[in-house]
Amino acid sequence: MTIKNELSGIFYIVWKDLRAYYFKPPNISWGILFPLVLTLAFILRDPTGLRDFAPGLIAMAAVFGTTSMEAIVITFEKRQGALERLLLAPISMGSLLVGKIFGGAVFGGIISGVMVIVAMILFGMEIVNPLLFIICLILTLLTLSALGALVAVSVAEVFEAQTLSNFFRFPMIFLCGVFLPVDAMPIALQVVAYLLPLTYSVNGLKLATFQVTEPLEPLLNIGALVLFLLLLFVLCEWVLKRSLR
Amino acid sequence: MNMTAIEIDGLTKYYGDLLAVDNLSFEVRCGEVFGFLGPNGAGKTSTIRMLVGLSIPSGGTATVAGYSITDNIVEVKRRVGLVPEVSNLYDELSVWDNLLFMSQIYHVPRGERPSRVIDILRSFDLMERKTTKFGKLSKGLKRRVVIAASLVHGPEILFLDEPTVGLDVVSAHSLREYIERLRTQGTTVFLTTHYIEEADHLCDRIAILVQGKIVVLDTPEEIKKRVRTQSAIRVEFSQTPDVSLLQNLSELGELQHEGRFIRLQVSDTHQSLNVLFDITSRAGVKVESLETGRPTLEEAFVELTGMSTDKIQAEKGGSQK
Repeated sequence: MTIKNELSGIFYIVWKDLRAYYFKPPNISWGILFPLVLTLAFILRDPTGLRDFAPGLIAMAAVFGTTSMEAIVITFEKRQGALERLLLAPISMGSLLVGKIFGGAVFGGIISGVMVIVAMILFGMEIVNPLLFIICLILTLLTLSALGALVAVSVAEVFEAQTLSNFFRFPMIFLCGVFLPVDAMPIALQVVAYLLPLTYSVNGLKLATFQVTEPLEPLLNIGALVLFLLLLFVLCEWVLKRSLR
Repeated sequence: MNMTAIEIDGLTKYYGDLLAVDNLSFEVRCGEVFGFLGPNGAGKTSTIRMLVGLSIPSGGTATVAGYSITDNIVEVKRRVGLVPEVSNLYDELSVWDNLLFMSQIYHVPRGERPSRVIDILRSFDLMERKTTKFGKLSKGLKRRVVIAASLVHGPEILFLDEPTVGLDVVSAHSLREYIERLRTQGTTVFLTTHYIEEADHLCDRIAILVQGKIVVLDTPEEIKKRVRTQSAIRVEFSQTPDVSLLQNLSELGELQHEGRFIRLQVSDTHQSLNVLFDITSRAGVKVESLETGRPTLEEAFVELTGMSTDKIQAEKGGSQK
């Protein structure tokens, strides 16, 4: 096993997934339409204060962009037996999962990217700290893609993957601070909110789009996202390995 | 030089409380075509899955191409190819892209990939289909592409799990020819099949597995010799024999009956034939044709596994679905 082989394995898995699944015309058009429809819904609801909503909308686009397709792709490959093709390949299971997670993150990145452009043009969103914004967005995409992968390796059917994804998606969206500030929630909900990665994504993106006064806060959000990513990755590998027993 | 391609020592697999593979120990020599036969659920696929790293053994060890399946599975995977029972490539990719992807994840040197894919496409007569999406191919063509994909990295050992299931006669014949070619090229082939004639024709040695245990491991000829204490008499009557005739005939040995045909397993052919003619002439039934012979591998399989020929036929049918 060499690092070069592992890296090339990851690259080819990502490229194969993008070509075979993500870059299909219906997915691309959905990827563009989804942020636009989301934006329109918020404009119709209340055209004022959209700038404040922008980081939350970007995070929501990342949630749907990564988890929806990722869960379907892996579950579909499991059903077809095609995932076994990758498990047979001379690369580690870790590299296989990294490839799968990167594929979902790239697709989620495209949808979030459209949302970023829309937010900058229509909402007047400004990115005050581009480095923080990029780091937070990439970590968000990878973490949510890892969540999608975990859901997919834990179930057998596509519909189960969608149901289980929603079990995580909707609480994350409602508790991440987009619709109601986390501090204004009851204590019990605050605890739940801080156990969900999207809360840190929204916080991080907000900090990157507004002037940061507390220098430690961005690091806390980045650290939390890194921890979530590692935890989800380890869980994902554990579940997949367990399926070989 | 290591002459052993696969060395299995006490390999065991449990699924919960179910013992699927029971303390298997055997070797497969380099360059041989090794047949792994047994009824459904005997543990054939479970054994293959452990040997290629798709399943973790519950106990025991094995080395494949000189590498341990428990300690160095990535090196094992680099050196083996698997043709699984299902055609599991990517529907949305073309035949060419599927094979190219296989060459990529198996780390075939970049410059060699296109020529390797072209060679394998030509070998399997798939050049005209190279731009067709895998999902659009017929079942038989899919099977050919899956086999081609398993060979694109030039494996030292090829595992074939029911490779001819779903193939038309011509494709199955081509595959058998290709297996013969692999043998001459020195590739070790580990084959499971329901088609006992196929194993008889192709394999240098055969292991028959029943309930996770090997009941016999030998060359096809030696396996047939083991049951040669008995011979078979196959008779075609002019009309379907009635119950009383069948009852009389069954006293000669184990009797199987289908329409106008019967098959008797007897220990003394000469004496049994005399009695058979006596019984049939008394019953006024004419013998249209008669054949005596050594047991076929299928008959040896029936005796060694305790399966009925009907069940073997049913499993063949089942595996074709």
